Amino acid sequence: MGGKQTQIAIASGKGGTGKTLLATNLAAVMDDAVLVDLDVEEPNCYLFHKGEGDTTEEAFRPVPSVDSVKCTLCGKCGEVCEFHAIVVLPKEVMVFKELCHACGACSLFCPEDAISEKDHLIGDIVSTSGDAFDLLYGRLRVGEAMATHLIQQVRKRIPEGGQIVLDCPPGTSCAPVESIRGADLCILVTEPTPFGLHDLKLALGVTEKLKVRTAVFINKHGLPGPDIDAFCNDNGIPVIGRLPLDRDIAERYSRGELLTQVADHRRVFESLRDRIKEILIT
Amino acid sequence: MKEIVIVSGKGGTGKTTVLARYAEIANNAVVADCDVDAPNLHMLLNPRIAHREAFVGSKMGVVDPDKCTNCGKCESLCRFDAISTIEVDGRKRADIDIDRCEGCGVCARVCPEDAIDLRDRIVGEWFISDTNYGTMIHALLEPGAENSGKLVAMVKHKAKKTAKDNGAELVLVDGPPGIGCPVIAALAGANIVVIVSEPTVSGLSDFRRVADLAGGFKIKCALLVNKADLNDEMTASLLEEATKREMPCIGRVSYDEGLMAAMAKGADAAAEYQDCPAIIEISKTYDALLGLL
Repeated sequence: MGGKQTQIAIASGKGGTGKTLLATNLAAVMDDAVLVDLDVEEPNCYLFHKGEGDTTEEAFRPVPSVDSVKCTLCGKCGEVCEFHAIVVLPKEVMVFKELCHACGACSLFCPEDAISEKDHLIGDIVSTSGDAFDLLYGRLRVGEAMATHLIQQVRKRIPEGGQIVLDCPPGTSCAPVESIRGADLCILVTEPTPFGLHDLKLALGVTEKLKVRTAVFINKHGLPGPDIDAFCNDNGIPVIGRLPLDRDIAERYSRGELLTQVADHRRVFESLRDRIKEILIT
Repeated sequence: MKEIVIVSGKGGTGKTTVLARYAEIANNAVVADCDVDAPNLHMLLNPRIAHREAFVGSKMGVVDPDKCTNCGKCESLCRFDAISTIEVDGRKRADIDIDRCEGCGVCARVCPEDAIDLRDRIVGEWFISDTNYGTMIHALLEPGAENSGKLVAMVKHKAKKTAKDNGAELVLVDGPPGIGCPVIAALAGANIVVIVSEPTVSGLSDFRRVADLAGGFKIKCALLVNKADLNDEMTASLLEEATKREMPCIGRVSYDEGLMAAMAKGADAAAEYQDCPAIIEISKTYDALLGLL
Protein backbone atom coordinates (compact mmCIF):
# COMPACT_ATOMS: atom_id res chain seq x y z
CA MET A 1 0.00 0.00 0.00
CA GLY A 2 3.10 2.20 0.12
CA GLY A 3 2.99 5.57 1.86
CA LYS A 4 -0.69 6.19 1.33
CA GLN A 5 -2.75 5.55 4.40
CA THR A 6 -5.77 3.27 4.36
CA GLN A 7 -8.32 3.46 7.12
CA ILE A 8 -10.71 0.60 7.77
CA ALA A 9 -13.54 1.40 10.16
CA ILE A 10 -15.18 -1.46 12.07
CA ALA A 11 -18.67 -0.41 13.12
CA SER A 12 -22.16 -1.72 13.82
CA GLY A 13 -25.62 -0.45 14.59
CA LYS A 14 -26.19 -2.94 17.37
CA GLY A 15 -23.78 -3.21 20.28
CA GLY A 16 -22.08 -6.46 21.14
CA THR A 17 -22.00 -7.87 17.63
CA GLY A 18 -18.24 -8.35 17.69
CA LYS A 19 -16.60 -5.10 16.57
CA THR A 20 -13.72 -5.37 19.02
CA LEU A 21 -13.29 -9.08 18.27
CA LEU A 22 -13.02 -8.29 14.57
CA ALA A 23 -10.84 -5.18 14.92
CA THR A 24 -8.25 -6.79 17.20
CA ASN A 25 -7.95 -10.01 15.20
CA LEU A 26 -7.87 -8.21 11.87
CA ALA A 27 -5.12 -5.89 13.11
CA ALA A 28 -3.21 -8.96 14.36
CA VAL A 29 -3.03 -10.55 10.89
CA MET A 30 -2.10 -7.32 9.10
CA ASP A 31 1.52 -6.25 8.71
CA ASP A 32 2.33 -3.25 10.85
CA ALA A 33 -1.27 -2.22 11.39
CA VAL A 34 -2.15 0.44 13.93
CA LEU A 35 -5.36 -0.30 15.78
CA VAL A 36 -7.21 2.80 16.92
CA ASP A 37 -9.95 2.33 19.52
CA LEU A 38 -12.45 5.15 19.04
CA ASP A 39 -15.04 3.65 21.39
CA VAL A 40 -13.83 6.11 24.00
CA GLU A 41 -16.82 5.52 26.29
CA GLU A 42 -16.00 1.84 26.67
CA PRO A 43 -12.60 1.14 25.09
CA ASN A 44 -11.77 -2.57 25.13
CA CYS A 45 -9.09 -3.20 22.50
CA TYR A 46 -6.37 -2.67 25.11
CA LEU A 47 -7.57 -5.82 26.86
CA PHE A 48 -6.46 -7.87 23.84
CA HIS A 49 -3.16 -6.05 23.42
CA LYS A 50 0.12 -7.44 24.65
CA GLY A 51 3.03 -5.08 24.83
CA GLU A 52 4.64 -2.56 27.06
CA GLY A 53 5.54 1.07 27.27
CA ASP A 54 2.40 3.18 27.28
CA THR A 55 2.48 6.88 26.51
CA THR A 56 -0.46 8.64 28.06
CA GLU A 57 -1.45 12.25 27.53
CA GLU A 58 -4.40 14.09 28.96
CA ALA A 59 -7.09 15.42 26.64
CA PHE A 60 -9.00 18.63 27.19
CA ARG A 61 -11.74 20.70 25.68
CA PRO A 62 -12.21 24.43 26.19
CA VAL A 63 -14.99 25.64 28.48
CA PRO A 64 -15.82 29.24 29.39
CA SER A 65 -14.40 30.91 32.45
CA VAL A 66 -15.92 34.20 33.53
CA ASP A 67 -13.83 37.00 35.03
CA SER A 68 -16.16 38.26 37.76
CA VAL A 69 -14.30 41.58 37.96
CA LYS A 70 -14.88 42.43 34.30
CA CYS A 71 -18.36 40.87 34.06
CA THR A 72 -21.27 43.35 34.25
CA LEU A 73 -23.93 40.59 34.25
CA CYS A 74 -25.32 42.05 31.01
CA GLY A 75 -26.72 38.65 29.99
CA LYS A 76 -25.30 38.56 26.46
CA CYS A 77 -23.47 35.22 26.95
CA GLY A 78 -26.60 33.47 28.17
CA GLU A 79 -28.54 34.90 25.24
CA VAL A 80 -26.11 33.63 22.57
CA CYS A 81 -25.57 30.15 24.05
CA GLU A 82 -27.80 27.79 22.10
CA PHE A 83 -26.98 24.95 24.49
CA HIS A 84 -28.12 26.63 27.73
CA ALA A 85 -24.66 25.98 29.08
CA ILE A 86 -24.20 29.47 30.50
CA VAL A 87 -26.85 31.14 32.63
CA VAL A 88 -26.70 34.70 33.96
CA LEU A 89 -28.21 35.03 37.43
CA PRO A 90 -28.78 38.35 39.27
CA LYS A 91 -25.42 38.09 41.03
CA GLU A 92 -23.32 35.61 39.10
CA VAL A 93 -22.83 33.70 35.88
CA MET A 94 -23.13 29.92 36.04
CA VAL A 95 -21.41 27.63 33.57
CA PHE A 96 -22.71 24.09 32.99
CA LYS A 97 -19.63 22.44 31.53
CA GLU A 98 -21.40 19.22 30.57
CA LEU A 99 -23.75 21.11 28.26
CA CYS A 100 -21.04 23.24 26.64
CA HIS A 101 -20.21 22.46 22.98
CA ALA A 102 -17.12 24.70 23.02
CA CYS A 103 -18.49 26.80 20.15
CA GLY A 104 -16.92 29.96 21.53
CA ALA A 105 -20.04 32.14 21.19
CA CYS A 106 -20.02 33.40 24.79
CA SER A 107 -16.45 34.66 24.71
CA LEU A 108 -16.81 35.98 21.17
CA PHE A 109 -19.87 38.10 21.95
CA CYS A 110 -19.04 39.24 25.49
CA PRO A 111 -18.90 43.06 25.24
CA GLU A 112 -16.59 43.32 28.27
CA ASP A 113 -14.12 40.67 27.10
CA ALA A 114 -14.78 38.96 30.44
CA ILE A 115 -14.96 35.40 29.18
CA SER A 116 -11.90 33.37 28.40
CA GLU A 117 -11.69 29.67 27.77
CA LYS A 118 -9.89 27.27 30.02
CA ASP A 119 -9.08 23.63 29.54
CA HIS A 120 -11.42 21.07 30.98
CA LEU A 121 -10.11 17.49 31.29
CA ILE A 122 -12.24 15.06 29.26
CA GLY A 123 -10.08 11.95 29.29
CA ASP A 124 -6.77 10.67 28.08
CA ILE A 125 -5.14 9.31 24.97
CA VAL A 126 -2.89 6.28 25.20
CA SER A 127 -0.50 4.93 22.60
CA THR A 128 1.46 1.73 22.94
CA SER A 129 3.31 -0.66 20.68
CA GLY A 130 2.79 -4.37 20.89
CA ASP A 131 3.50 -7.86 19.60
CA ALA A 132 0.43 -8.27 17.42
CA PHE A 133 -0.36 -4.63 16.68
CA ASP A 134 0.33 -1.07 17.83
CA LEU A 135 -2.56 0.52 19.64
CA LEU A 136 -3.86 4.05 20.05
CA TYR A 137 -6.95 4.71 22.12
CA GLY A 138 -8.96 7.33 23.95
CA ARG A 139 -10.53 6.88 27.34
CA LEU A 140 -13.36 9.25 28.22
CA ARG A 141 -13.37 10.44 31.82
CA VAL A 142 -16.32 8.84 33.62
CA GLY A 143 -19.06 11.45 33.95
CA GLU A 144 -18.01 13.37 30.83
CA ALA A 145 -20.92 13.49 28.39
CA MET A 146 -19.43 14.37 25.02
CA ALA A 147 -17.44 11.62 23.43
CA THR A 148 -17.01 13.31 20.05
CA HIS A 149 -14.44 15.86 21.29
CA LEU A 150 -12.17 13.05 22.43
CA ILE A 151 -12.78 10.98 19.28
CA GLN A 152 -11.65 13.94 17.17
CA GLN A 153 -8.51 14.35 19.26
CA VAL A 154 -7.63 10.65 19.06
CA ARG A 155 -8.06 10.78 15.28
CA LYS A 156 -5.61 13.68 15.10
CA ARG A 157 -2.97 11.50 16.79
CA ILE A 158 -3.16 8.77 14.13
CA PRO A 159 0.32 8.38 12.62
CA GLU A 160 0.77 9.05 8.90
CA GLY A 161 0.76 6.29 6.30
CA GLY A 162 0.27 2.59 6.85
CA GLN A 163 -2.83 0.62 7.57
CA ILE A 164 -5.21 1.82 10.23
CA VAL A 165 -8.01 -0.21 11.78
CA LEU A 166 -10.60 1.92 13.59
CA ASP A 167 -12.76 0.24 16.27
CA CYS A 168 -15.85 2.48 16.35
CA PRO A 169 -18.55 2.97 18.99
CA PRO A 170 -21.92 1.26 18.38
CA GLY A 171 -25.06 2.95 17.13
CA THR A 172 -25.77 5.64 14.58
CA SER A 173 -25.43 8.87 16.57
CA CYS A 174 -22.77 11.57 16.43
CA ALA A 175 -20.02 9.45 18.07
CA PRO A 176 -20.02 6.62 15.48
CA VAL A 177 -20.40 9.17 12.69
CA GLU A 178 -17.32 11.04 13.89
CA SER A 179 -15.47 7.71 13.95
CA ILE A 180 -16.49 6.39 10.50
CA ARG A 181 -16.20 9.68 8.64
CA GLY A 182 -13.45 9.69 6.03
CA ALA A 183 -12.58 5.98 6.26
CA ASP A 184 -11.63 4.17 3.04
CA LEU A 185 -13.83 1.23 3.96
CA CYS A 186 -16.35 0.59 6.69
CA ILE A 187 -17.02 -2.99 7.75
CA LEU A 188 -20.38 -3.30 9.47
CA VAL A 189 -20.43 -6.26 11.84
CA THR A 190 -23.81 -7.86 12.25
CA GLU A 191 -25.48 -11.08 13.38
CA PRO A 192 -28.32 -13.08 11.82
CA THR A 193 -30.99 -11.95 14.26
CA PRO A 194 -33.89 -9.56 13.64
CA PHE A 195 -32.03 -7.02 15.82
CA GLY A 196 -28.81 -7.44 13.89
CA LEU A 197 -30.56 -6.92 10.56
CA HIS A 198 -32.62 -3.98 11.83
CA ASP A 199 -29.57 -2.17 13.17
CA LEU A 200 -27.52 -3.06 10.08
CA LYS A 201 -30.08 -1.15 8.01
CA LEU A 202 -29.75 1.86 10.34
CA ALA A 203 -25.96 1.72 10.15
CA LEU A 204 -26.10 1.55 6.35
CA GLY A 205 -27.98 4.86 6.58
CA VAL A 206 -24.88 6.31 8.22
CA THR A 207 -22.29 4.99 5.78
CA GLU A 208 -24.47 6.01 2.85
CA LYS A 209 -24.80 9.52 4.22
CA LEU A 210 -21.04 9.71 4.80
CA LYS A 211 -20.38 8.20 1.36
CA VAL A 212 -18.03 5.62 2.84
CA ARG A 213 -17.62 2.35 0.96
CA THR A 214 -19.23 -0.42 2.98
CA ALA A 215 -18.94 -4.17 3.42
CA VAL A 216 -20.55 -6.55 5.90
CA PHE A 217 -19.09 -9.16 8.25
CA ILE A 218 -21.49 -11.71 9.74
CA ASN A 219 -20.74 -12.88 13.27
CA LYS A 220 -22.60 -15.72 15.04
CA HIS A 221 -23.20 -17.13 11.60
CA GLY A 222 -25.50 -20.15 11.75
CA LEU A 223 -28.17 -18.64 14.00
CA PRO A 224 -31.57 -19.44 12.46
CA GLY A 225 -32.46 -15.78 11.92
CA PRO A 226 -32.96 -13.54 8.91
CA ASP A 227 -30.84 -14.18 5.83
CA ILE A 228 -28.24 -11.41 6.01
CA ASP A 229 -26.49 -12.70 2.86
CA ALA A 230 -29.68 -12.34 0.83
CA PHE A 231 -30.28 -8.84 2.18
CA CYS A 232 -26.73 -7.75 1.32
CA ASN A 233 -26.94 -9.40 -2.08
CA ASP A 234 -30.18 -7.55 -2.89
CA ASN A 235 -28.59 -4.27 -1.86
CA GLY A 236 -25.25 -4.76 -3.60
CA ILE A 237 -23.21 -4.87 -0.39
CA PRO A 238 -20.41 -7.42 -0.29
CA VAL A 239 -20.31 -9.87 2.61
CA ILE A 240 -16.58 -10.23 3.24
CA GLY A 241 -16.41 -12.71 6.09
CA ARG A 242 -18.28 -14.90 8.53
CA LEU A 243 -17.56 -16.25 11.97
CA PRO A 244 -19.75 -19.04 13.37
CA LEU A 245 -21.69 -18.97 16.64
CA ASP A 246 -19.30 -21.00 18.74
CA ARG A 247 -18.95 -21.27 22.49
CA ASP A 248 -15.19 -21.77 22.12
CA ILE A 249 -14.90 -18.36 20.42
CA ALA A 250 -17.00 -16.76 23.16
CA GLU A 251 -14.84 -18.32 25.86
CA ARG A 252 -11.59 -17.21 24.24
CA TYR A 253 -12.97 -13.69 23.87
CA SER A 254 -14.07 -13.73 27.52
CA ARG A 255 -10.48 -14.39 28.58
CA GLY A 256 -9.02 -11.64 26.42
CA GLU A 257 -7.34 -14.00 23.93
CA LEU A 258 -6.86 -13.31 20.26
CA LEU A 259 -8.53 -15.89 18.01
CA THR A 260 -5.55 -15.74 15.65
CA GLN A 261 -3.77 -18.19 17.96
CA VAL A 262 -6.08 -20.90 16.58
CA ALA A 263 -5.30 -21.88 12.99
CA ASP A 264 -8.92 -22.30 11.88
CA HIS A 265 -9.98 -18.94 13.23
CA ARG A 266 -6.81 -17.27 12.00
CA ARG A 267 -7.70 -18.25 8.43
CA VAL A 268 -11.01 -16.33 8.72
CA PHE A 269 -9.14 -13.12 9.47
CA GLU A 270 -6.41 -13.73 6.90
CA SER A 271 -8.96 -14.20 4.17
CA LEU A 272 -10.81 -11.11 5.44
CA ARG A 273 -7.55 -9.15 5.22
CA ASP A 274 -7.08 -10.34 1.62
CA ARG A 275 -10.65 -9.43 0.68
CA ILE A 276 -10.15 -5.95 2.08
CA LYS A 277 -7.00 -5.56 -0.01
CA GLU A 278 -8.90 -6.59 -3.15
CA ILE A 279 -11.73 -4.18 -2.42
CA LEU A 280 -9.41 -1.27 -1.76
CA ILE A 281 -7.50 -1.82 -5.02
CA THR A 282 -10.61 -1.69 -7.20
CA MET B 1 -44.28 5.33 40.94
CA LYS B 2 -40.85 3.71 40.63
CA GLU B 3 -38.43 3.89 37.74
CA ILE B 4 -36.09 1.04 36.84
CA VAL B 5 -33.37 1.76 34.28
CA ILE B 6 -31.40 -1.02 32.57
CA VAL B 7 -27.93 -0.25 31.27
CA SER B 8 -24.85 -2.30 30.51
CA GLY B 9 -21.87 -0.21 29.49
CA LYS B 10 -20.97 -2.82 26.88
CA GLY B 11 -23.44 -3.38 24.08
CA GLY B 12 -25.08 -6.71 23.37
CA THR B 13 -25.05 -8.08 26.91
CA GLY B 14 -28.81 -8.69 26.92
CA LYS B 15 -30.43 -5.46 28.20
CA THR B 16 -33.34 -5.60 25.80
CA THR B 17 -34.03 -9.31 26.40
CA VAL B 18 -34.11 -8.70 30.14
CA LEU B 19 -36.30 -5.63 29.85
CA ALA B 20 -38.83 -7.30 27.56
CA ARG B 21 -39.16 -10.15 30.04
CA TYR B 22 -39.62 -7.70 32.92
CA ALA B 23 -42.31 -5.86 30.93
CA GLU B 24 -44.18 -9.12 30.36
CA ILE B 25 -44.09 -10.04 34.05
CA ALA B 26 -44.88 -6.54 35.32
CA ASN B 27 -47.86 -6.24 32.98
CA ASN B 28 -49.00 -2.63 32.87
CA ALA B 29 -45.66 -0.95 33.46
CA VAL B 30 -44.89 1.93 31.13
CA VAL B 31 -41.92 0.93 29.01
CA ALA B 32 -39.43 3.43 27.55
CA ASP B 33 -36.85 2.53 24.92
CA CYS B 34 -34.04 5.02 25.44
CA ASP B 35 -31.65 3.40 22.98
CA VAL B 36 -32.83 6.00 20.50
CA ASP B 37 -30.22 5.55 17.78
CA ALA B 38 -30.52 1.76 17.53
CA PRO B 39 -33.77 0.81 19.26
CA ASN B 40 -34.67 -2.88 19.40
CA LEU B 41 -37.31 -3.26 22.08
CA HIS B 42 -40.15 -2.69 19.61
CA MET B 43 -39.11 -5.91 17.88
CA LEU B 44 -39.96 -7.87 21.01
CA LEU B 45 -43.01 -5.94 22.22
CA ASN B 46 -44.69 -5.27 18.85
CA PRO B 47 -46.02 -1.81 19.65
CA ARG B 48 -49.02 -0.37 17.82
CA ILE B 49 -48.25 3.32 17.31
CA ALA B 50 -51.01 5.54 18.71
CA HIS B 51 -49.26 8.90 18.49
CA ARG B 52 -46.13 10.17 16.74
CA GLU B 53 -44.34 13.49 16.83
CA ALA B 54 -41.29 15.04 15.22
CA PHE B 55 -38.28 15.73 17.45
CA VAL B 56 -36.51 19.07 17.10
CA GLY B 57 -33.04 18.19 18.29
CA SER B 58 -31.07 21.30 17.62
CA LYS B 59 -30.74 24.22 15.28
CA MET B 60 -28.83 24.50 12.03
CA GLY B 61 -27.42 27.33 9.97
CA VAL B 62 -28.89 27.85 6.50
CA VAL B 63 -27.17 30.18 3.99
CA ASP B 64 -29.17 32.49 1.74
CA PRO B 65 -27.20 32.18 -1.52
CA ASP B 66 -28.40 35.56 -2.80
CA LYS B 67 -27.26 37.50 0.26
CA CYS B 68 -23.90 35.75 0.91
CA THR B 69 -20.87 37.74 -0.31
CA ASN B 70 -18.37 35.00 0.62
CA CYS B 71 -16.59 37.30 3.10
CA GLY B 72 -15.35 34.24 5.00
CA LYS B 73 -16.20 35.52 8.47
CA CYS B 74 -18.49 32.60 9.35
CA GLU B 75 -16.01 30.04 8.09
CA SER B 76 -13.18 31.48 10.16
CA LEU B 77 -15.22 31.41 13.38
CA CYS B 78 -16.94 28.03 13.01
CA ARG B 79 -15.40 25.67 15.56
CA PHE B 80 -16.87 22.58 13.94
CA ASP B 81 -15.31 22.89 10.47
CA ALA B 82 -18.86 22.87 9.14
CA ILE B 83 -18.47 25.81 6.74
CA SER B 84 -16.61 25.81 3.46
CA THR B 85 -16.64 27.84 0.27
CA ILE B 86 -18.38 26.39 -2.76
CA GLU B 87 -18.79 27.72 -6.25
CA VAL B 88 -22.22 27.62 -7.87
CA ASP B 89 -22.78 29.06 -11.36
CA GLY B 90 -19.46 30.87 -11.20
CA ARG B 91 -20.24 32.54 -7.89
CA LYS B 92 -18.48 31.66 -4.64
CA ARG B 93 -20.41 31.44 -1.40
CA ALA B 94 -20.41 29.82 2.03
CA ASP B 95 -21.87 26.35 2.39
CA ILE B 96 -22.81 24.65 5.66
CA ASP B 97 -22.32 20.91 6.07
CA ILE B 98 -25.28 20.03 8.28
CA ASP B 99 -23.63 16.78 9.36
CA ARG B 100 -20.95 18.80 11.08
CA CYS B 101 -23.07 21.79 12.16
CA GLU B 102 -23.93 21.67 15.87
CA GLY B 103 -26.35 24.60 15.66
CA CYS B 104 -24.39 27.03 17.85
CA GLY B 105 -25.49 30.00 15.75
CA VAL B 106 -22.14 31.83 15.73
CA CYS B 107 -22.24 32.05 11.92
CA ALA B 108 -25.72 33.58 11.87
CA ARG B 109 -24.76 36.13 14.50
CA VAL B 110 -21.51 37.28 12.88
CA CYS B 111 -22.70 37.46 9.28
CA PRO B 112 -22.52 41.12 8.23
CA GLU B 113 -25.03 40.52 5.42
CA ASP B 114 -27.58 38.73 7.61
CA ALA B 115 -27.36 35.91 5.10
CA ILE B 116 -27.48 33.00 7.56
CA ASP B 117 -30.66 31.88 9.22
CA LEU B 118 -30.71 29.62 12.27
CA ARG B 119 -33.52 27.12 11.88
CA ASP B 120 -35.02 24.28 13.89
CA ARG B 121 -33.73 20.93 12.84
CA ILE B 122 -35.91 17.84 12.99
CA VAL B 123 -33.60 14.93 13.77
CA GLY B 124 -35.97 12.17 14.70
CA GLU B 125 -39.38 11.08 15.80
CA TRP B 126 -40.91 9.77 19.01
CA PHE B 127 -43.93 7.58 19.57
CA ILE B 128 -46.54 6.60 22.13
CA SER B 129 -47.65 3.03 21.46
CA ASP B 130 -49.82 0.30 22.90
CA THR B 131 -48.36 -3.12 23.56
CA ASN B 132 -49.88 -6.26 25.06
CA TYR B 133 -48.10 -5.39 28.31
CA GLY B 134 -48.75 -1.66 28.64
CA THR B 135 -47.90 1.65 27.05
CA MET B 136 -44.53 2.05 25.38
CA ILE B 137 -42.70 5.29 24.61
CA HIS B 138 -40.00 4.98 21.98
CA ALA B 139 -38.13 7.05 19.43
CA LEU B 140 -35.87 6.94 16.43
CA LEU B 141 -33.03 9.35 15.86
CA GLU B 142 -31.91 10.11 12.33
CA PRO B 143 -28.52 8.63 11.41
CA GLY B 144 -25.72 10.79 12.68
CA ALA B 145 -27.90 13.22 14.56
CA GLU B 146 -26.71 15.22 17.55
CA ASN B 147 -28.53 15.48 20.83
CA SER B 148 -29.51 11.90 21.48
CA GLY B 149 -29.34 12.84 25.18
CA LYS B 150 -32.10 15.39 24.70
CA LEU B 151 -34.29 12.80 22.95
CA VAL B 152 -33.64 10.28 25.73
CA ALA B 153 -34.69 12.87 28.33
CA MET B 154 -37.84 13.55 26.34
CA VAL B 155 -38.74 9.84 26.05
CA LYS B 156 -38.24 9.42 29.79
CA HIS B 157 -40.30 12.48 30.57
CA LYS B 158 -43.19 11.24 28.41
CA ALA B 159 -42.98 7.78 29.99
CA LYS B 160 -43.23 9.20 33.51
CA LYS B 161 -46.11 11.44 32.54
CA THR B 162 -47.94 8.51 30.94
CA ALA B 163 -47.39 6.40 34.06
CA LYS B 164 -48.84 9.17 36.20
CA ASP B 165 -51.86 9.61 33.91
CA ASN B 166 -52.51 5.86 33.73
CA GLY B 167 -51.83 5.19 37.37
CA ALA B 168 -49.03 2.78 36.43
CA GLU B 169 -46.72 1.97 39.31
CA LEU B 170 -43.64 1.18 37.31
CA VAL B 171 -41.58 2.73 34.51
CA LEU B 172 -39.10 0.38 32.82
CA VAL B 173 -36.33 2.07 30.86
CA ASP B 174 -34.11 0.31 28.31
CA GLY B 175 -30.91 2.35 28.24
CA PRO B 176 -28.29 2.82 25.54
CA PRO B 177 -24.79 1.30 25.67
CA GLY B 178 -21.77 3.34 26.71
CA ILE B 179 -21.30 5.99 29.40
CA GLY B 180 -21.80 9.20 27.40
CA CYS B 181 -24.58 11.77 27.13
CA PRO B 182 -27.53 9.47 26.26
CA VAL B 183 -26.60 7.14 29.15
CA ILE B 184 -26.30 10.05 31.58
CA ALA B 185 -29.74 11.24 30.42
CA ALA B 186 -31.17 7.73 30.83
CA LEU B 187 -29.86 7.38 34.39
CA ALA B 188 -31.25 10.70 35.66
CA GLY B 189 -33.96 10.25 38.27
CA ALA B 190 -33.90 6.43 38.36
CA ASN B 191 -34.94 4.67 41.56
CA ILE B 192 -32.72 1.76 40.72
CA VAL B 193 -30.35 0.89 37.89
CA VAL B 194 -29.86 -2.69 36.74
CA ILE B 195 -26.47 -3.23 35.11
CA VAL B 196 -26.61 -6.24 32.81
CA SER B 197 -23.07 -7.47 32.36
CA GLU B 198 -21.27 -10.48 30.94
CA PRO B 199 -18.20 -12.32 32.28
CA THR B 200 -15.70 -11.25 29.64
CA VAL B 201 -12.66 -8.99 29.94
CA SER B 202 -14.62 -6.35 28.04
CA GLY B 203 -17.76 -6.85 30.11
CA LEU B 204 -15.79 -6.40 33.33
CA SER B 205 -14.01 -3.26 32.15
CA ASP B 206 -17.27 -1.74 30.90
CA PHE B 207 -19.12 -2.71 34.09
CA ARG B 208 -16.60 -0.81 36.20
CA ARG B 209 -17.03 2.35 34.15
CA VAL B 210 -20.83 2.37 34.03
CA ALA B 211 -21.02 1.41 37.73
CA ASP B 212 -18.74 4.34 38.58
CA LEU B 213 -20.89 6.63 36.47
CA ALA B 214 -24.12 5.61 38.24
CA GLY B 215 -22.31 5.62 41.59
CA GLY B 216 -21.17 9.18 40.93
CA PHE B 217 -24.84 10.18 40.66
CA LYS B 218 -25.58 8.32 43.92
CA ILE B 219 -28.11 6.05 42.22
CA LYS B 220 -28.75 2.61 43.69
CA CYS B 221 -27.56 -0.15 41.36
CA ALA B 222 -27.92 -3.90 41.03
CA LEU B 223 -25.85 -6.33 38.97
CA LEU B 224 -27.23 -9.02 36.69
CA VAL B 225 -24.60 -11.37 35.24
CA ASN B 226 -25.72 -12.72 31.88
CA LYS B 227 -23.97 -15.71 30.24
CA ALA B 228 -22.55 -16.29 33.73
CA ASP B 229 -21.22 -19.81 33.07
CA LEU B 230 -19.17 -18.69 30.07
CA ASN B 231 -16.27 -17.80 32.34
CA ASP B 232 -16.53 -18.56 36.08
CA GLU B 233 -13.41 -16.60 36.93
CA MET B 234 -14.72 -13.46 35.24
CA THR B 235 -18.11 -13.91 36.89
CA ALA B 236 -16.33 -14.00 40.25
CA SER B 237 -14.47 -10.81 39.31
CA LEU B 238 -17.75 -9.10 38.41
CA LEU B 239 -19.29 -10.10 41.73
CA GLU B 240 -16.18 -8.85 43.51
CA GLU B 241 -16.37 -5.48 41.76
CA ALA B 242 -20.06 -5.24 42.68
CA THR B 243 -19.37 -6.07 46.32
CA LYS B 244 -16.67 -3.40 46.42
CA ARG B 245 -19.36 -0.91 45.42
CA GLU B 246 -21.88 -2.37 47.88
CA MET B 247 -24.01 -3.37 44.93
CA PRO B 248 -26.25 -6.43 45.25
CA CYS B 249 -26.36 -9.06 42.51
CA ILE B 250 -29.92 -9.97 41.51
CA GLY B 251 -28.93 -13.13 39.72
CA ARG B 252 -26.89 -15.09 37.22
CA VAL B 253 -28.29 -16.10 33.88
CA SER B 254 -26.80 -18.95 31.85
CA TYR B 255 -25.15 -18.80 28.42
CA ASP B 256 -28.06 -20.25 26.45
CA GLU B 257 -27.62 -20.91 22.73
CA GLY B 258 -31.21 -22.19 22.67
CA LEU B 259 -32.45 -18.74 23.66
CA MET B 260 -30.14 -17.09 21.12
CA ALA B 261 -31.60 -19.31 18.40
CA ALA B 262 -35.18 -18.61 19.52
CA MET B 263 -34.53 -14.85 19.64
CA ALA B 264 -32.97 -15.04 16.17
CA LYS B 265 -36.27 -16.35 14.83
CA GLY B 266 -37.95 -13.25 16.19
CA ALA B 267 -41.37 -12.57 17.66
CA ASP B 268 -42.85 -15.63 15.87
CA ALA B 269 -40.85 -17.89 18.15
CA ALA B 270 -42.03 -16.18 21.36
CA ALA B 271 -43.58 -19.42 22.62
CA GLU B 272 -40.28 -21.19 22.03
CA TYR B 273 -38.21 -19.01 24.29
CA GLN B 274 -40.60 -19.03 27.22
CA ASP B 275 -39.16 -22.40 28.19
CA CYS B 276 -35.48 -21.52 27.74
CA PRO B 277 -33.50 -21.86 30.98
CA ALA B 278 -32.12 -18.33 30.59
CA ILE B 279 -35.63 -16.83 30.39
CA ILE B 280 -36.67 -18.65 33.57
CA GLU B 281 -33.54 -17.34 35.29
CA ILE B 282 -34.25 -13.78 34.10
CA SER B 283 -37.76 -14.05 35.55
CA LYS B 284 -36.27 -14.92 38.94
CA THR B 285 -34.06 -11.82 38.88
CA TYR B 286 -37.21 -9.71 38.62
CA ASP B 287 -38.39 -10.87 42.04
CA ALA B 288 -34.97 -10.12 43.51
CA LEU B 289 -35.09 -6.67 41.92
CA LEU B 290 -38.53 -5.84 43.33
CA GLY B 291 -37.20 -6.86 46.73
CA LEU B 292 -34.64 -4.04 46.45
CA LEU B 293 -37.16 -1.34 45.56
